[in-house]
Amino acid sequence: MAAPAPAKKKVEGVADKVHVWPYLVRIEFLCAILTILALAVWSIMIDAPLEEAANPTKTPNPSKAPWYFLGLQDILVYFDPWFAGVVAPVLIIVGLMLIPYLDVNPKGNGYYTYTERKFAIWVYCFGFLVLWIALIIMGVFLRGPGWNLFMPWQYWDPHKVVALVNVDLPYAFGVREYTTAAWTGFAIVAAYFGLGTGAYFFMERKAIKSVGFLRMFIKIQLLLIMVGIVIKIVLRLGFNIKYIMVTPWINI
Amino acid sequence: MATKKPDVPNIAELMEKVKSGKIFGEIAKEITESQIWTSTFRHGYADTPRNRVLQIASNVWLHLHPVKIHRHALRIKFTWCMGGITFLLFLSTVVTGVILMFYYRPVGEYAYFDMKYLQYDVPFGMLMRNMHRWAAHAMVITVWLHMFRVFLTGSYKPPREFNWVIGVFLVTFTLLLSFTGYLLPWDQLAMWAVTVGTNMARATPFLGHEGPFAEFVGVTPRYDARSVLLGGSLVGPPALLRFYVLHCIFIPLVAGALMIVHFWRIRKDGGISGPL
Ligand code: HEM
Repeated sequence: MAAPAPAKKKVEGVADKVHVWPYLVRIEFLCAILTILALAVWSIMIDAPLEEAANPTKTPNPSKAPWYFLGLQDILVYFDPWFAGVVAPVLIIVGLMLIPYLDVNPKGNGYYTYTERKFAIWVYCFGFLVLWIALIIMGVFLRGPGWNLFMPWQYWDPHKVVALVNVDLPYAFGVREYTTAAWTGFAIVAAYFGLGTGAYFFMERKAIKSVGFLRMFIKIQLLLIMVGIVIKIVLRLGFNIKYIMVTPWINI
Repeated sequence: MATKKPDVPNIAELMEKVKSGKIFGEIAKEITESQIWTSTFRHGYADTPRNRVLQIASNVWLHLHPVKIHRHALRIKFTWCMGGITFLLFLSTVVTGVILMFYYRPVGEYAYFDMKYLQYDVPFGMLMRNMHRWAAHAMVITVWLHMFRVFLTGSYKPPREFNWVIGVFLVTFTLLLSFTGYLLPWDQLAMWAVTVGTNMARATPFLGHEGPFAEFVGVTPRYDARSVLLGGSLVGPPALLRFYVLHCIFIPLVAGALMIVHFWRIRKDGGISGPL
């Protein structure tokens, strides 16, 4: 009775394969027709923009990058260009490439699941939907002249004045002397990464053997940077903090 | 001599044929056995397993596919069809882009007026331009969605790690393709968007003249990461030419090559991922 069962299962496995012609090709064909149709209708209805000829002496206000880069342009409010424009994009690209090598959870390979990889899904959704997409939407619709925030019903007033009351974090703590402030800022940043890394390794100490030190180290650094960007945004919007660390070379 | 009664179709019989669906078979038979059909097509297509395999294996375009795939890989709910649509949109930009190249000169004096000419005087010029631009923008969106799907299904996990890495290169090159193309209309929108974008290169650590540690390297506004990109210290005609060459030749070639590797790896990695 029990013997034929495995054989049957094997046959089922083979039968679960289907011919690409016609089963896949017909879906692709349909998708292609619908896509081309949508593109054609869209292109007939809406014209691509063409403004007046390029004029290097006439800077528009606001000057916006192409929409897909507006998330990065928005980060410029909170970070200096060397970070928002250069280091952050590089970190995004490298970080994305590292995902398969950092995420060693064997579950959820090839099917949708939330429960088996909650943390991974949260991190990706937060990065993609909030830090990338939401910032783009904000950049396209809510950023007006002077890169100031305007609600959709507000007039884009080019003369809007926003009082700059931002101070640096060491200053807010009462540190006034330049070198001491630099060292204070440096200590805060170092403590953030040091304590964050330490706490992570302590919490996950059982996993170090199986996951590997380097993997965990890189993972937590990338996560701390991502969270750090959010912290900096909150500090700026909520507490008018401009920089955390000011040195003659770089400011963070 | 009684004249032969004309052959009036029996309505009841006809309705019966429509209801049972037999009518379609009969119509098909009428058509495929007609002289026009048989003289045009030399033989029929027999829907046999062998022929299904041959359709894929002996067609240069279709043989990108395997001849058989897992049933789950067919589900639109699984793939969202986004990789395929991204590829189709890329092909659309290639076709429309080549047409635009016939009318467009990447020269400071001409570029903007060639756009005007294209829009107002070239037959279907506006449509070609629209399709090129909207397909490019749509491609940016679909490639993000494709990536999102691949993440949600965990399809970057072994053995597909490397194809994910190729994918990240692809998304980067998709954005660069779009960005370099953004400058070509040579209007205010183009010039200033690219100015904002490339200004970032000024701040490159060590290599940009306003970047941290630049003083240790000795870069200047005329000789740093940004000036290499633009061929000068501002977005001028040399930048237009550079972006044109990158946009029409270099990046499409690299992205195309990466796509070939991407598709090849999908097959080598055992086809579309699935819960097996
Ligand atoms: C120009 C851009 C791209 C094109 C034309 C493209 C095309 C495709 C196609 C046609 C597939 C087959 C399955 C499907 O349609 O979902 C696929 C699968 C895949 N793509 Fe892409 N792709 C691109 C970009 C990317 C990006 C940005 C990533 C990730 C970073 C990526 C990672 C993958 C992976 C891992 C698979 C295998 C999925 C699986 O086995 O379930 N691709 N790609």
